[in-house]
Amino acid sequence: MQLNRDALLQAYRRMRTIREFEERLHIENRTGEIAGFTHLYAGQEAVAVGVCEHLTDKDWIASTHRGHGHCIAKGCDVGGMMKEIYGRADGLCKGKGGSMHIADLDKGMLGANAIVGGGPPIAVGAAIAAKLAGEGHVAVSFTGDGGSNQGTVLEALNMAAVLKVPKIFVFENNGYSEHTGASYALAGQDLGRRVEGFGIPVFRADGFDFFSVYEAMRQALEVSRTGGGPACVYATCTRYFGHFEGDPQNYRAKGEVEKFRDESDCLKGFRARVTEAGLIDAATLDAIDAEVLAEIDTATNDAKSAAPPVPADVLTDVYISY
Amino acid sequence: MPVITLREALNEALHLEMARDPRVIVLGEDVSGGAGGTSGQRDAAGGIFGVTKGLIHKFGDGRVIDTPISESCIIGAANGAALAGLRPVAELMFADFVGVAMDQIFNQAAKFRYMFGGKARTPLVIRMSFGAGMNCAAQHSQTIYPFMTAVPGLKVVVPSNPYDAKGLLLTAIRDDDPVVFFEHKALYSRKGEVPDGDYMIPFGEAALVREGEHATIVALGRMVPFAEKALEKLNAEGITCDLIDPRTTSPLDEETILESVSNTGRLVVVDESPPRCSVASDIAAIVAQKGFRDLKAPIEIVTAPHTPVPFARELERAYVPGPAQIEAAVRKVLKDG
Ligand SMILES: Cc1ncc(C[n+]2csc(CCOP(=O)(O)OP(=O)(O)O)c2C)c(N)n1
Ligand SMILES: [Mg+2]
Repeated sequence: MQLNRDALLQAYRRMRTIREFEERLHIENRTGEIAGFTHLYAGQEAVAVGVCEHLTDKDWIASTHRGHGHCIAKGCDVGGMMKEIYGRADGLCKGKGGSMHIADLDKGMLGANAIVGGGPPIAVGAAIAAKLAGEGHVAVSFTGDGGSNQGTVLEALNMAAVLKVPKIFVFENNGYSEHTGASYALAGQDLGRRVEGFGIPVFRADGFDFFSVYEAMRQALEVSRTGGGPACVYATCTRYFGHFEGDPQNYRAKGEVEKFRDESDCLKGFRARVTEAGLIDAATLDAIDAEVLAEIDTATNDAKSAAPPVPADVLTDVYISY
Repeated sequence: MPVITLREALNEALHLEMARDPRVIVLGEDVSGGAGGTSGQRDAAGGIFGVTKGLIHKFGDGRVIDTPISESCIIGAANGAALAGLRPVAELMFADFVGVAMDQIFNQAAKFRYMFGGKARTPLVIRMSFGAGMNCAAQHSQTIYPFMTAVPGLKVVVPSNPYDAKGLLLTAIRDDDPVVFFEHKALYSRKGEVPDGDYMIPFGEAALVREGEHATIVALGRMVPFAEKALEKLNAEGITCDLIDPRTTSPLDEETILESVSNTGRLVVVDESPPRCSVASDIAAIVAQKGFRDLKAPIEIVTAPHTPVPFARELERAYVPGPAQIEAAVRKVLKDG
């Protein structure tokens, strides 16, 4: 483990922030105040944070419909995100995009994406730019088990390998695409082997374990940052909530999520690991928990009371000039 | 007559036609749902809008096919199945996803018959939800029937009520050409009288939803109930209009529209898509060309603005044309000329 205390604290804080952000949205969704689709990332925090803790603002990520965790892990402003989800004028995208389109280019965040499979080709392009810039930066795409079946993703894998661009494909297999299980829809089952078929090295990770993902990403970067072309991090995980808020989850066995929450939770695992190793004491982590809760509380209250956009705003931002 | 929702009307049509014709198959993402899930429950979704509910239990997973997320292959496979003798009904969850499948729709399905010198038969229906109104933002809310309408070889259906939806879907499945079938997501719960049995509504025949004398309103999809709402207000002041719902944009019933305009002399076309190269601009152009001498005032079109669909409630409300804009447009054509 080459993480120092500050890095560990930051990783824990980011994972906790994602968790509380999503848990709070899950509650707030029932009030009917939040419009549109909200796909929560809770349960998968170790993947986003394990990957993004290696990245700087100059590295790019392309996210998915389930993008809140990726955004927070990449350093997007939590208050601005919450306001965006509430459709406010000073949300991160002025209320124009909402949950599925949160983006912050200054942070290297190329956007959540409501088209499954939309992100990986875009990240190939960012990787071309990174390669030309020659400063050792990379582009990362996140894709689900379901998204991995999209032709665009397979095209991106092939093209990234052909062009030898610094591109990391992160696959998050959470077992489901909407109401359909990966055991049905994912031919060959082992997505890693599929990626290896393109000649891309695959680093497998336990998506419930921050340290496992962090290590896999370190190895992937060793390939990509040093001119070795694309690499892949393949993590297995689960989502704690429905596909979208309001999903009755008829496809899921009763108690499945509870078991994961009890036995495999990434935050519990992180805590146990660092306290047992004597690296950080529980009180310090408790203090972070309290700070994060307060931050999410403020973000939520601010978002609720923030001004909505005015109707004339519909017409702005279509073009730069026209 | 039973009163049911548009969703139920479509579901009835699928049940009827799958029972009647063993060549009909349904395919798409989560059209049943639950495959590979841990609860063991199939039909966990029945289509994300519930339109294909119950089909798997009656017709089995050989004919009700849950696909991976692969829109290009969903439509491509439907194309191939149609060429090979089946009558596939493919579902794209959201119309916006045609972006992924476009080649199979407009280079393949639409052109087989022509390219192959009249030899091919592609009895394919592509169903998709469309439209704004549910804050699904820019990639899940678009009204894209204009560019499907522009493609020679495709037929395009846009029902506005449960009765039409059922009759048009039965016609679509029995049609031997590729049909793109647009279902407005804000209309799925719209209720109306729908007969139990089998009936077809021919393509290219508009419905005269309201009769009137002062102006002609042509509206599609969700814009039809909005136009009805605008008319309630105008009627109270003694202003009456023909309200025409073309129901199919390709083929288009030009005759009914032109005849109405020859009586009223004034035309308002209402379309939820952005204005450029829209169905509104298309119909306006047809009337300007073929009914010019009947017009007593410039044609008005009521459309969304030339922007993507925004997310926030306040913005989406400003984006979608509503009864107030339709009312204003009618008043304008009455005042002009
Ligand atoms: C092109 C396209 N097809 C289908 C959808 C609808 N849809 C949204 S998310 C999703 C499932 C995605 O599953 P996966 O990639 O495993 O991601 P997860 O939801 O598990 O995070 C589907 C089918 C979409 N948004 N875009
Ligand atoms: Mg998944």
